[in-house]
Amino acid sequence: MLFFLLKRTGTMLLTALCLSFIVFVLTNLEPNLEKVAKYEGNARMSDQEVSNWLKNNGFNQPSLIRYGEWLGVWPGWTRTDEAGQVVAGRCIPKGSRDVAAAARFCGILQGEWGSSRVFREDVSTIIAIRLGLTGKMMFWVMLLMVPSALVIGVLAGMREGSRLDRSLSTFSIASTATPEYVSGVILIAIFASSAVGLKWFKGTATSAMDHATFENFFLPVLTIALYGIGYVARMTRASMAEVMTAQYVRTARLKGVTFPNIVMKHALRNALIAPFTVIMLQFPWLLNGVVIVETLFNYKGFGWSLVQAAGNNDIDLLLGISVVSVIVVLVTQLISDIGYVYLNPRIRIT
Amino acid sequence: MEPLTWTGALGPVLNPIFLATAAVLILSALASMVMSLLPTGHVPQGNGTMVARSGTAEWTRRVMLWALWALIALLVIYLATGLLPGIDNKGIIGAVSARFLPVWIALIVTYAVSIAYKRKLGLYGKLFDNPIGMIGFGLVMFWVFTALSVGIFDWIVTHDPLTAVSGMKNKFPGTALRGAEPEDYPYYLLGGDTLARDVFSRMVAGSFVVVRIAPLATLFAFMVGITLGLPAGYVGGRLDIFLSFLANLILAFPVILLFYLLVTPEIVQTGIPSYLALVLFLFPLVFLTVLINSRYFTTPNKRSLILALVLLPLGWLYVSLVSDQETPVSFLPAALDLFNIPGGILVVFVSVVFVNAPTVFRIVRGLVMDIKTRDYVAAAQTRGEGTWYIMLWEILPNARGPLIVDFCLRIGYTTILLGTLGFFGLGLPPDSPDWGTTINAGRKLLSIYPHAAMVPALALLSLVLGLNLMADGLREESLKD
Repeated sequence: MLFFLLKRTGTMLLTALCLSFIVFVLTNLEPNLEKVAKYEGNARMSDQEVSNWLKNNGFNQPSLIRYGEWLGVWPGWTRTDEAGQVVAGRCIPKGSRDVAAAARFCGILQGEWGSSRVFREDVSTIIAIRLGLTGKMMFWVMLLMVPSALVIGVLAGMREGSRLDRSLSTFSIASTATPEYVSGVILIAIFASSAVGLKWFKGTATSAMDHATFENFFLPVLTIALYGIGYVARMTRASMAEVMTAQYVRTARLKGVTFPNIVMKHALRNALIAPFTVIMLQFPWLLNGVVIVETLFNYKGFGWSLVQAAGNNDIDLLLGISVVSVIVVLVTQLISDIGYVYLNPRIRIT
Repeated sequence: MEPLTWTGALGPVLNPIFLATAAVLILSALASMVMSLLPTGHVPQGNGTMVARSGTAEWTRRVMLWALWALIALLVIYLATGLLPGIDNKGIIGAVSARFLPVWIALIVTYAVSIAYKRKLGLYGKLFDNPIGMIGFGLVMFWVFTALSVGIFDWIVTHDPLTAVSGMKNKFPGTALRGAEPEDYPYYLLGGDTLARDVFSRMVAGSFVVVRIAPLATLFAFMVGITLGLPAGYVGGRLDIFLSFLANLILAFPVILLFYLLVTPEIVQTGIPSYLALVLFLFPLVFLTVLINSRYFTTPNKRSLILALVLLPLGWLYVSLVSDQETPVSFLPAALDLFNIPGGILVVFVSVVFVNAPTVFRIVRGLVMDIKTRDYVAAAQTRGEGTWYIMLWEILPNARGPLIVDFCLRIGYTTILLGTLGFFGLGLPPDSPDWGTTINAGRKLLSIYPHAAMVPALALLSLVLGLNLMADGLREESLKD
């Protein structure tokens, strides 16, 4: 088990390194840097001025070295004036005179995530706040999605082929066929528009960032949950249907256990192993849904910042966000693997 | 002119009946669901056996079925009001249905022919034994025929999807066209959007964008996934570790981040999507070459002939596809260049293939690892067949069932991805009529004028739902044998 964990963690780190390098290279391509220079300087800079600006701000080194700087394994760049005096550098705060006190390395390994060009704030603060907001949303999504998906799946799977199964399965198919931007639009149009008149909920969730109420928070949560419910329910149904045909369930039936007892005491525990991994593997998908829903409902969380950072090529923020989201994805994969082994005693990893 | 009503001349008669039937259906469906949870009563017979009682549960079920059939009949009548003379009598539903006339005819012909010959049509024919599969297939073919009629013959659309008509901004469905000339269609059937364009025509024209890109992109993703997944699963070892690592790398990216990284104008300028296209579009050629070579390499003359016949036209298509004067990848002289893919479509295509291919790779790899332990693979190995022959001619045909089902599902997922791209305004031009872009444009005024976003949203929903239902039907039918 320990070796397995070590191996997985190693792969995880390698994946995270590769991914952050890809994002780094793509965001630091020539045209993107030109855009950054024009954003920081002024929009009518000549090509000469742009290349000067890039040189002065340490953007002219090979990308591998700059990636090392960002990571914190390569000393940050410094600029010296004619007298050989260090006047600026990656690790020297803007306007600071205290050049000697600046650290040699400053990358994410030292906890320096850089600062956002659009929000004019430290990336670590932005990510902490936004991740908290999204975490709040995810908590409610999970609270709505997991129980309803499991109930639907178990009810549909306990008598395969029955009418209840047919109708619930059709519902799950319909819900997996509805992407968030479609269900969100439909839900807003029905429950929040003045055209239909059912003004039960609010069409935006901006006010939910400070204090969430049922009225302003239910629609976004429902929109994300709906897409996941169908998928998890179908997996639960498949696994429940499989368990219900198992030998020990037949034995229980033959010895006269009542049907509710068979479902609750015999089948349920084994049927819930597969959905657990599926729910864990849903996180990357939910992340996707979060981006769409936060944009649609104008809820300024993690996904919303991703769109802002990517749209404005806010390099440091985008890198920070991708590192965090990749780690979330990989950690959930790891948890799902470990959980699968832990829940299913037939599998042992040596 | 008066705005059109939804249901036209027959509305006052049909609407109350429709509402009543719908209410009965919902009530009986709920009742029937609750009943099926209750334990069934058993009546002991004189001979020592027991019979399940057909009581209220059976009764509610019958009511539900009758209500369902009545509702379907009413819907058909609503659609058939399109046959009434005079556009005022048709109503919006009838007029829309009348515009779709070529699609209805094509659907009826397809169904009649397919059902008549379904025993001779293999898996496709079996789809018509399954009600769910039939409904799904109907929805899918509806949009395919719509897209073809719009894209090839320019039927169905009532106005140009890109031109605005003054005075029609945000008008509700059924509004009469202001200042209509006699040759114009006199109404905006499903209203106008924020730029005063016809919502109905945009929705119909948008279907062509989806039907043009989604199946083809899925096919390319399958080519990439199969070509890499077969050796990864069959050979295993370091190759498998390396390829799986790459696939997991792409899968760990949030899809939207990947889209932003690939599709923004700055990246397109550097030519990265074009280079990706160069690589990704090579896979079908590689696949076909290996497929043909592994089968016919014992008779070199025949092999060379077939290869030349297949590869020359496809190779020409390939180079004219990837080579474009406006991108960094431009090597073909303009005289030989057959066609250029317009504006962002190639970029969208490439990024969708790129996102889908790793998942297909994983599915194929899993299937191959399962199948390679079978006896017929061992037999082929004993015969001394080549590795590629075993993978492509022994394993792949036996993995076709799950792959076909996944292909249907994946077209739906690709449609969703295309919509996501449009929703974030990536890739396609901002006035493109595709559904994602239209939903994005319509969502700003969603709470006041919901029709502009609702119409494309429902269109997308019905297409993806159709694909999922069809996949479900196919899965059920292919499991039967």
